[in-house]
Amino acid sequence: MKRAWRWLIPLSVVPMLALLAYGFRLNPRDVPSPLIGRPASVFTLNTVEGTSVSLEAHRGAVVVVNFWASWCRPACYEEAPVLERAWRAYQDRGLVLIGVDIQDTPDAARQFINDFSLSFPNVRDVTGKVSVDYGVYGVPETFFLDRRGRIRAKHVGAVSEEIFRQHVERLLGEPA
Amino acid sequence: MRILEICRRGLAFFEMMLLALVMALAAPATAQQPATPVNDRTAHEVASQLRCVVCQNLSVADSPSEMATQMRVIVRERLAAGDRPDQVIQYFVDRYGEWILLAPRRHGFTLLVWLFPVVVVIVGLGATVLVVRRWTRRANVERARPAAVDPSMRERIRREMETEP
Repeated sequence: MKRAWRWLIPLSVVPMLALLAYGFRLNPRDVPSPLIGRPASVFTLNTVEGTSVSLEAHRGAVVVVNFWASWCRPACYEEAPVLERAWRAYQDRGLVLIGVDIQDTPDAARQFINDFSLSFPNVRDVTGKVSVDYGVYGVPETFFLDRRGRIRAKHVGAVSEEIFRQHVERLLGEPA
Repeated sequence: MRILEICRRGLAFFEMMLLALVMALAAPATAQQPATPVNDRTAHEVASQLRCVVCQNLSVADSPSEMATQMRVIVRERLAAGDRPDQVIQYFVDRYGEWILLAPRRHGFTLLVWLFPVVVVIVGLGATVLVVRRWTRRANVERARPAAVDPSMRERIRREMETEP
């Protein structure tokens, strides 16, 4: 009995150390979104040029919503050409890609769009409400919406061609 | 007199119609105004419970970041729209999950976070009391028992006592 007690104290530390080790291995920035599988919040925002873009108008299409900012280096700069190439490859198949510029100035946003010759619509979330509606906590973040307008996947960080293709192909393959 | 009475009634009717018209016109304008006056302290309390999403362990109330500023505006707008503080917090939890809360909720799995330190303190205090009691008991027993003296030492003491002038 006495021997068991002697071992109990050092052994009780083991689960605590295991919990700590597990916690340290997790990425604190990798927060699971509660929005996956839920209907995406609709929005109507203006582009830098003042053209109105509405998510509701694209109901029935697979939509990719990408949150970015011109000050977000290097991730947004890495993914901008990837997004443009992906958009050109998929637009004929009915894919809609909307860029949402957050916490930015119009001039810097315009410069970014011009530098990468972005041809897909890019709107500005001036009040931050759309960012909050999508639970955005950094840039870049990319949301993949199915034809029924539900958020099916979220990618945090620069999106690669492979990740983009993987999500979009799956959603385009689903029946309307 | 009758004409005057009719005029007066007509005037009253006209006034009522005018008032109704003014109220009808004013209604959309007042709808734009905050429905509920926002208490600064309430707005601050709500914001202080929310995590600034772009900061490290700072609340929305304390962060100078643009994102936190925008979130503070949303908090005020929702309170002005008539939401209770817990509804405003739930609005953010629905979008960010419970990660947005600086203090975990006191139910479900996160209740463990609150209970575990209390349990550890109670167990620690209990263990300390047990150990201290055991030590004092052992010390008392040792004090009560006369120290054993070696027979040769006793003999030596006796001899020295006798030879003492």
